[in-house]
Amino acid sequence: MNAVVGIGSSPKRKEDARFVRGKGTYVADIKRPGMLAGVFLRSEHAHAKLNSIDVSKALAQPGVKAVYTGEDMKADNVGGLPVGWGITDKHGDPMKEPPHPPIAHDKVRYVGDAVAFVVADTIEQAQAAAEMIEVDYEVLPAVVGLVDALRPNAPQLYDDVPNNLCADWELGNSSAVDAAFENAAHVASIELVNNRLIGNPLEPLAAIGEFEFASGRYTLWTTSQFPHVVRLLMGEMVLGIPQHKLRVVAPDVGGGFGVKQFHYAEEAVVTWAAGKLGRPVKWVAQRSEGFVSDAHGRDHVTEAELALDEDGKFLAMRVKTLANMGAYLSTFGPNIPTNLYAPLLSGVYQIPSIYCEVKCVFTNTVPVDAYRGAGRPEATFVVERLVDMAAREMGIDKIDIRKRNMIPKEAYPYQTPVIVEYDSGDPLGCLERSEELADVAGFEVRRAESASRGKYRGLGISTYIEACGLAPSRLAGQLGARGGLYESATVRVHPSGAVTVLIGTHNHGQGHETTFAQIVSDRLGVPFEDIDIVFGDTDRVQFGMGTYGSRSLVVGGAALSQASDKVILKGRKIAAHQLEASLEDIVFEDGTFSVAGTDRKKSFQEIAGAAYVPFDFPLETLEPGLEEQSYYDPVNFTYPGGAHFAEVEIDPDTGIVTLERYTAVDDVGTIINPMIVEGQLHGGIVQGIGQALFEHGVYDPTSGQLLSGSFMDYCMPRADNFPQLVIEPHSTTCTHTPMGVKGCGECGTIGSPAAIISAVVDALKPLGIAHVDMPASPNHIWNIIRNARTPVAAE
Amino acid sequence: MQISFSLNDEPVTVDVDPSTLLSDLIREQLSLTGTHVGCDTSQCGACVVHVNGDSVKSCTMLAVSADGGEVRTVEGLSKSDADLHPMQIAFRENHGLQCGFCTPGMLMSAIDLVKNNPDPNEAEIREWLEGNICRCTGYQNIVKSIIAGAAAMRAAS
Repeated sequence: MNAVVGIGSSPKRKEDARFVRGKGTYVADIKRPGMLAGVFLRSEHAHAKLNSIDVSKALAQPGVKAVYTGEDMKADNVGGLPVGWGITDKHGDPMKEPPHPPIAHDKVRYVGDAVAFVVADTIEQAQAAAEMIEVDYEVLPAVVGLVDALRPNAPQLYDDVPNNLCADWELGNSSAVDAAFENAAHVASIELVNNRLIGNPLEPLAAIGEFEFASGRYTLWTTSQFPHVVRLLMGEMVLGIPQHKLRVVAPDVGGGFGVKQFHYAEEAVVTWAAGKLGRPVKWVAQRSEGFVSDAHGRDHVTEAELALDEDGKFLAMRVKTLANMGAYLSTFGPNIPTNLYAPLLSGVYQIPSIYCEVKCVFTNTVPVDAYRGAGRPEATFVVERLVDMAAREMGIDKIDIRKRNMIPKEAYPYQTPVIVEYDSGDPLGCLERSEELADVAGFEVRRAESASRGKYRGLGISTYIEACGLAPSRLAGQLGARGGLYESATVRVHPSGAVTVLIGTHNHGQGHETTFAQIVSDRLGVPFEDIDIVFGDTDRVQFGMGTYGSRSLVVGGAALSQASDKVILKGRKIAAHQLEASLEDIVFEDGTFSVAGTDRKKSFQEIAGAAYVPFDFPLETLEPGLEEQSYYDPVNFTYPGGAHFAEVEIDPDTGIVTLERYTAVDDVGTIINPMIVEGQLHGGIVQGIGQALFEHGVYDPTSGQLLSGSFMDYCMPRADNFPQLVIEPHSTTCTHTPMGVKGCGECGTIGSPAAIISAVVDALKPLGIAHVDMPASPNHIWNIIRNARTPVAAE
Repeated sequence: MQISFSLNDEPVTVDVDPSTLLSDLIREQLSLTGTHVGCDTSQCGACVVHVNGDSVKSCTMLAVSADGGEVRTVEGLSKSDADLHPMQIAFRENHGLQCGFCTPGMLMSAIDLVKNNPDPNEAEIREWLEGNICRCTGYQNIVKSIIAGAAAMRAAS
């Protein structure tokens, strides 16, 4: 395909050429000369004092090069892992931010906390030696549950963090909310749990550290979604390596979903160890290790109330949430259940006042941080479950109550009472189309048919809105971000007119090599095949904040669009000189610079050539070369949204919930590549359904052991859990991004859990069930049915 | 101990420790890194290869068991870099992959399915994929890809 491939078409993905051949390069595939293998010894206790660690026997094992402990790193002045986003509590005090050493010293605080790092010639030698390390643990009582951790006399993780409380945070006007509740005709309330999830990208985490003595340069190969940020955090704050002496490479990365957007201890340890040993050191997580060392997601306990008038119109919302931080603050941990949660509590509805209080709590569990959706699925789940509850209690149809309260299309831009201003959207349009596609009208017939077979059938709904495209730097800074959130792109036009793009986002499944090439092809009129996208290497790409929060197209694509505009402007200047016309008269269309109203023209390739062979060139006023760079800082978030319907059938004998139909209509703004966007929605929806039906990170409340620590125990969604999904876009154009794009990567994960639970509850309506916590696993549902007082037979 | 087998149609003789897994032999000693390892409990299927024509999780088989047999990995699906197997083409055409990590195992599983069931329906495909986890695609386009790939394999045979 040697042609321009523009916006709105679906060329096959460039990256697939290597992936279908098994020619991707993931970190675990990389071998460096003289490379050693590293293994972590991890705590088997949830909470214990480290009285002593005897590494002498391990050091004496064959092939062992070194055994490092937390004390060794501390003695070498290695810093703690930094937090990228701080929050301030309701009293104006900063959050409690205890130190997070890469390898624990003094105390371990969760099962999986690193205790020592063994480096040997081979992985087998390192594993064998790790077993010879003698650790004298003084086991302490542990606490893993949110409610338990706040109780008086609960085990305390830190001497200087009373009640295990990291921060008591709030947003909104509590007195306005209180007043609205006093005058409400009806108050609906709900208590719910947002289950702990373990993200499990299919590629386990891995890292290789390298050090070159002569230049003093370090290299870290890592499974990261944001290599430049790792360079910044690890270089400046943990290891004290100047930025120009540290290269971070994140090559092909096998899925991220947020799990790989943190700076991990293991990255710092392999890099530091490589410096000590003068040889490359590689660590690859085993899956069972990843379960206790990758950051987890979600884990909230919430009480929420909605005040309504007699017509079912929303008056105010009050939300109190406990959010699990785990044992230490991960890179963005405290930001997720606060700034990425409470501002979304207005959903797609007009709610005059909202108040939200969030207590961030330390527990003896793996640190909790962003996982696909990050705060926004939790908010959507609260809003949508509450709306369902209100509809049920007031005897209003659950679709109707939503329509009564939706923000009408004409009301955009819409300022919510919780910081954010939605620029564009059409929630009612999404809902009406979704209703049609889901054949809501025909549901009762299907329900009756299921009942005739002794099965319960339910129809569920969820609308949602999300804020993504992180983020306007100034606003983020006001909210506690400790870095900017712009993105950068360089468009390097070669003398032939072919283009290399260097961009600071990271591609780990999203198809950037294709989508970004389409943008450039569209803008510059350059054949799609003549464009390559480079990412993931701090030595090649100028700078970047990486990929998370559905920001790559929204922020990175905008930078790319702006850089392309600069290339066109410079090209017009060169063309004006060559065509002896004024700049104003030069137009650029379909890859050609021409003098308006004449047939005098130069192709993009001719101008590119002239830029590098500048004989007929305005050298007095213009530098040679054709390479432009842009940094784009967004003016607002983007607000994708949509309406999803789920239809389930429940077998009362087994408790198995079968998903029969799933319909999603989503507003993702301008679509560059429909095939890729559809794929992102599929994946997101299925991950959200995974949360609702299958996945659960479970800790033993007494021992603090992770009970769901492998794919045998943690139920990942499988192919046979799903029907074909019905998906259709219903887009409005974002008013402030250069191409009108919104994010799309997290939509499905945000919209689907509430739709599924709404359907499960609807199916169990004959039993008087008002709410079901996630996951609606067979065991959970079977117990609910068994315990229900009404007879177990279906209607 | 020394073992000999055919790897992607080439004869191979190697010294392996009796405890070495086939996946480790392929990846570490023989440097064919298209076969991936995504778990340690034989659940994810990223490591699926063909041994004597059948799909096998190479993380769950000792390398010595391949002695005298025929092993094919994703790198051996096409005769040259320029060629692609019909199933590889179908995955690319139908956006059956995102991050690419599960893809080699998916391809090897899918081809074995079609070998035994040339025209599988959607339910059969979904059931067959029980042993292959994908975290990116929601399986939707993988199912589509396998239907298309099966049709192409039938047409080619």
